[in-house]
Amino acid sequence: MLVGDRAKYVGIIVGLTFATLLMTQQAAIFVGLMTRTFGFIADTGLPDIWVMDAKVQFIDDVKPMQDTQLFRVRSVEGVQWAVPLYKGLLKARLENGSFQTCNVVGLDDATLIGGPAMVQGRLEDLRRSQGVIVDDVSASGKLARPPRQPGQASEPLGIGDTLELNDNRAVVVGICHVSRTFQSQPVIYTTYTRATSFAPRERKLLSFVLVKAKPGEDPQRLCQNITRRTGLAAYTQRDFSALTVGYFLESTGIPINFGIVVALGFVIGTVIAGQTFYNFTLDNLRYFGTMKAMGATDAILLRMILLQSLTVGMIGYGLGIGIAALVGTLGSEGELAFILPWQIPVLSALSILLICVASALISIRKVLRMEPAIVFKG
Amino acid sequence: MNEANDIAVRCRGLKKAYGTGNTKVQALRGIDLEVRAGELMMLVGPSGCGKTTLISVMAGILNQDEGECQVLGRDLNAMSRQELTAFRAVNIGFVFQAFNLLPMLSAKENIAIPLLINKVRRGDAMGQASAMCGLMGLAGRVTSLPPELSGGQQQRVAIARSLVHCPRLIVCDEPTSSLDHDTGRMVMELLRAMALGTGRSLVVVTHDARIFDFADRIARMDDGRIVHVGPPDDPWKGTDT
Repeated sequence: MLVGDRAKYVGIIVGLTFATLLMTQQAAIFVGLMTRTFGFIADTGLPDIWVMDAKVQFIDDVKPMQDTQLFRVRSVEGVQWAVPLYKGLLKARLENGSFQTCNVVGLDDATLIGGPAMVQGRLEDLRRSQGVIVDDVSASGKLARPPRQPGQASEPLGIGDTLELNDNRAVVVGICHVSRTFQSQPVIYTTYTRATSFAPRERKLLSFVLVKAKPGEDPQRLCQNITRRTGLAAYTQRDFSALTVGYFLESTGIPINFGIVVALGFVIGTVIAGQTFYNFTLDNLRYFGTMKAMGATDAILLRMILLQSLTVGMIGYGLGIGIAALVGTLGSEGELAFILPWQIPVLSALSILLICVASALISIRKVLRMEPAIVFKG
Repeated sequence: MNEANDIAVRCRGLKKAYGTGNTKVQALRGIDLEVRAGELMMLVGPSGCGKTTLISVMAGILNQDEGECQVLGRDLNAMSRQELTAFRAVNIGFVFQAFNLLPMLSAKENIAIPLLINKVRRGDAMGQASAMCGLMGLAGRVTSLPPELSGGQQQRVAIARSLVHCPRLIVCDEPTSSLDHDTGRMVMELLRAMALGTGRSLVVVTHDARIFDFADRIARMDDGRIVHVGPPDDPWKGTDT
């Protein structure tokens, strides 16, 4: 029946498509943003455990420690190795004179543990004088060199180019690829010693200690031992990621803002689909009455209405999820944080199912309560 | 056939009112009427006299307030809602003034609806519906949608739909009022020829005096009462109008 009324049919599908798109896309961007918060932790793959000041709440909440803490951690039984890591925000002066805040990461000079995936050059080149490695997106974006001629495009930063980090000369020796960070700042890798020499003079400069557990050692138990012996906080990679996400969920307005948009999508879908479906039922009451007079049971009418509702629901859902995925795929090349784990399409499908069933139930009440005698009233 | 089997519909003291208090309208004021098996009975009378209410009660789609209505030997008031629905599905065919064909279904699919309601397999239902189209002279319009059909063709589809599951009582509400004279007569000829089988009865509500001659008997109603029942040649006999 619904197919026969093209305007309402299209109206419901557009409503459900829009609802699916809003719910799916906003949820996927939310997941994408949350994933970015611990992107740096995920990129640092080799260590099992991150050790830090006990008051650290998330990855960017660096509370520097004394260098001696490294040796205390190394002394804990079960630690195979422990290396220092510097992480801080430093200002880079660009060729055109402007400044750009960068995430500078200092890797252990000897092992370079925690180094990124290289796109150009080699990680070992960091040992060259004043050497730094820059992430590929920033090299062609925020850190790119200004165009030689007005009107031309800016030139990507390449190996051999120089930067000025906190008044220190740095030479680009490689280009790497890293996960996007929450603040989308450029990421610059160098050695620990060089990073601490770039950083402003402070008594404490050690950001994290990266620890590898001995074979057969339970990382969770080792974390407890490190904390007991040193008073520092120690987390497995997974727990530190969870701590970081938990901080953003609890201490920022991000979940509420995204939650409101997702809820809005649900409400808009329900209102449009429910209202249009109800109007469709009212418009077709004569035909439902005819069916009822001819002996159609309540179960048959229920199935008819539910089938129509679920059919438009499936079409709307398919279009919505398709558009969301397309936008996500096209946008993921740029700044858009979009990750679509299987749980989001499943939850969107359940929401649309709920909307369709609710819309159908509102209409079904009208049909079931209707006296079939209305069919003889002209 | 004994007397009980000879009567398709028996109404005794039927009363029905709509609304309450000052807005209460007494639509039926004690109707006594019998429709015989194999008979085409017409209900005629001015607008608001209770014709539609009476066929609604006879068809089991409206409950009376008082009195008894037996259809095909069953007391409709004694049936549960589910029993009544099942009874209608099997025993009663409907023809409506505005045809009430589902506009998005083809002629064949519309005709098959009563069979599908009666749980006939879809393939069989469509086969029977196609055959019925042929009998109705609609063989070439089997797949046409109602808006693509003329008024006469639509009413033929509606008649086919009312007959396809072989009901024993067919109720028709103004079946010719939307049709011109010739088409109306053609529809009535078809309805009479196709519908009046063994033991099958037709009750037709109409204002259309041009088709009175198709009736076996005509019951004239006024103000919720039957004022005269007689052959079609003198429907007004016994009244003061």
